Amino acid sequence: MFDDFFIRALVAGIGVALVTGPLGCFVVWRRLSYFGDTLAHSALLGVTLAFTMEFNIALSVFIISSLIALTLIQLQKRTNLPGDALLGLLAHSSLAVGLVVIGFLTFIRFDIMGLLFGDILAVTVDDLLIIWIGGAIILLILKLIWKPLFASTVNYELAEAEGLNPDRAKAIFTILMAAIIAISIKMVGLLLITGMLIIPAAMARNISTSPQKMVVYSIIGGLLSVILGLFSSLEFNTSSGPSIITAAFLLFIISLFKIKQTIKLKN
Amino acid sequence: MSANQNILVKLKDAGFKINYKWLVQGVSLQVEKGKIVTLIGPNGSGKSTTAKIALGIYKKIEGTVEKFTNKVGYVPQKISIDWTLPLRVNDFMVLTEDLKSETIDEALSLTGVIHLKDKNLGDLSGGEFQRVLLARAISKKPDLLVLDEPVQGVDFTGEIALYELIKKICDEMNCGILLISHDLHTVMSATDHVVCLNGHVCCSGSPTDVVKNDEYKALFGEQASQILSRYEHKHDHIHTDEGKIKKN
Repeated sequence: MFDDFFIRALVAGIGVALVTGPLGCFVVWRRLSYFGDTLAHSALLGVTLAFTMEFNIALSVFIISSLIALTLIQLQKRTNLPGDALLGLLAHSSLAVGLVVIGFLTFIRFDIMGLLFGDILAVTVDDLLIIWIGGAIILLILKLIWKPLFASTVNYELAEAEGLNPDRAKAIFTILMAAIIAISIKMVGLLLITGMLIIPAAMARNISTSPQKMVVYSIIGGLLSVILGLFSSLEFNTSSGPSIITAAFLLFIISLFKIKQTIKLKN
Repeated sequence: MSANQNILVKLKDAGFKINYKWLVQGVSLQVEKGKIVTLIGPNGSGKSTTAKIALGIYKKIEGTVEKFTNKVGYVPQKISIDWTLPLRVNDFMVLTEDLKSETIDEALSLTGVIHLKDKNLGDLSGGEFQRVLLARAISKKPDLLVLDEPVQGVDFTGEIALYELIKKICDEMNCGILLISHDLHTVMSATDHVVCLNGHVCCSGSPTDVVKNDEYKALFGEQASQILSRYEHKHDHIHTDEGKIKKN
């Protein structure tokens, strides 16, 4: 069944969408979209290192992204630079270093377009295992830290005062972000991963009245984007990443009409 | 030990500074089960800071703080909630602990906002939101309640009703309360222990003791020292010309 590359891509995409749905809601709620971008850009460095050392790509990306996230937290504590400047600094430095390293790796043929924008042809059965097992672990951990993470997203001091340990939840969530980037890089490509996190969640925000509903709609939006995106990618011979994100964006536009309706109803 | 078993939180010479500036220093106090301890003091005197030290929100503190319970309900003075979250009152009620639907309804009814249960949190007025905050804090039946200006923005009759509710909760649930209030009338009529702050502890004791204290008068003025007489009808003292209290 997994012999067909398209089935593999579909199964991979569904696995990714199931995880980016709930995680993306937190990215939107906690205003972490640039943080996601930074981790995604640093993923290029992870990929190049994986090639140099003949190491598993997902694992290598996960390690590098986690290191970048930890570096960011340390820099935030020790410098007076604003958060967005630090994010930009790390994002572009790691992207640049990654590209420079690629320049040295003349002995490997690199599909850089596939890396940046995703490549459905490249999804192997091993990748499927990584996505589904990794994804299941991410979701399980997210479920475990849901209460403290959500409470501290609403209000940090309430969560801290009532004994929920929000700092630990935040640190774990950072690692989860690195993990989702690592497992979805082949599908969506490193330039567009954050789109997969934010756009379905933003669409869900337009049509939901409670946090739980937003998570469910975000997952559904992600699934629809993957299915629509992959079929059109096959049809029009476009890269998988941009096709999926374009589909997500179309869904977002449709969700805007729902807002108009609710505003009308209110008045 | 027997005397200590009632203690819920205990601060000893506690202080907190940001960028070398002390917000509050040398605070010692304890909250016991079934007792209301009130912090009073002018703006910037460190009341909220003291509450946050007691709650463990501020960690790098001077002195010690010992908390003997994890069942805590907190109503902060200022709360900034991000309205990018789709959050109804009902979702907010279970923010830090899962509760039965009846428990939620009961708490919301007590503070008079049960009709708002399915409303979006962002659509509430200031006073309504304050009532929801209080309902959330009491719904989990905490051992320790920390209430930082819990009735700000609540209408006049509501204010009295909510303070009565707080007093009732304290008695019925045997819960210890650390209260911050600007309303000296309420403080003096319902509190077991008053701590008067001005960057440090100016004076502390029972309401009757505190109003007699010179530092209290210096902080709040002569009028404030007579506040008690309006509530305690059995006079055990007379006032001298300077407004000081003279025991019979």
